[in-house]
Amino acid sequence: MPESNDKLVIAGREFDSRLMVGTGKYADFQQMVRAIEVSGAQIITVAVRRVNITDRTKESLLDHIDLKKYTLLPNTAGCYTAEDAIRTCRLAREAGLSDFVKLEVLGDEKTLYPNNEELLKAAKVLIAEGFTVLPYTSDDPIICKRLEDMGCAAVMPLGAPIGSGLGIRNPYNIQIILETVKVPVIVDAGVGTASDAAIAMELGCDGVLMNTAIAGAQDPVAMALAMNLAVRSGRLAYKAGRIPRKLYASASSPLAGLIS
Amino acid sequence: MNITTNGEAVSINPLTIKEYLVSLGIDPRRVAVELNLEILPKAQYETTQLKDGDALEIVHFVGGGAARA
Repeated sequence: MPESNDKLVIAGREFDSRLMVGTGKYADFQQMVRAIEVSGAQIITVAVRRVNITDRTKESLLDHIDLKKYTLLPNTAGCYTAEDAIRTCRLAREAGLSDFVKLEVLGDEKTLYPNNEELLKAAKVLIAEGFTVLPYTSDDPIICKRLEDMGCAAVMPLGAPIGSGLGIRNPYNIQIILETVKVPVIVDAGVGTASDAAIAMELGCDGVLMNTAIAGAQDPVAMALAMNLAVRSGRLAYKAGRIPRKLYASASSPLAGLIS
Repeated sequence: MNITTNGEAVSINPLTIKEYLVSLGIDPRRVAVELNLEILPKAQYETTQLKDGDALEIVHFVGGGAARA
């Protein structure tokens, strides 16, 4: 099978799936578990939050996730300063005993665009502390290159604002990033439907990370399967090498032997 | 004695971190604890005694993907 030896390698760890999914916004844990299973994802993002000390009746996320099957990627969602993001990563490492972190430092609530200045600051400290840093960043080749040079294990440019579902707004920037860095490029945020994920993969991206596109769909489990197939289709098409675009037709049936 | 847990003032009897977590019904393996802004390694939960005025943060993993403000 053409897919069998095509592994995604992040910081020396191999993954068969190139789709990473979040665990937020689902109706209930049962739906989340089913959607993740169907998505085929092996890396799943989680958030770090205070335990509710007064109401302990709520179930815990980790009661529903098989840690032998999935690699947890804790994120720093909701952090607006390097300091908060660093603190969150340290707590995440202690809670999960893994060095993988999805680093995001946000600029404002309206766009949820990254604050790249704070992002670079946090990445520097975390890399020095031995974290495997996967940063969410803008689709800016210069920032992506700087993140790679600092020692980030991948770069995760946005396709469009988080939760917007607008798709890959600037495929040319993604293309430049792909030519600029050697670490895996994972489109994080902006995917709305299956074709968006396929486009990212056809461009040559190494993976796609999404949450809202699946969890917010009317049928999240069906959408999870659609995304699974789209990421694989896009990857296969990229590896297969598409035909060049031409303005005029070129016949696919032989011209010789026509009756008349 | 009085401590602050996750931003809330609480009054407790002298306990170790582990005893305190268990008293709250929290599985110590599933959380991370910050004591006065320093991460407390899990191995020290049993030996660390809470003191008056301590500030604790107890966190765990929840569903999340992309950011939510």
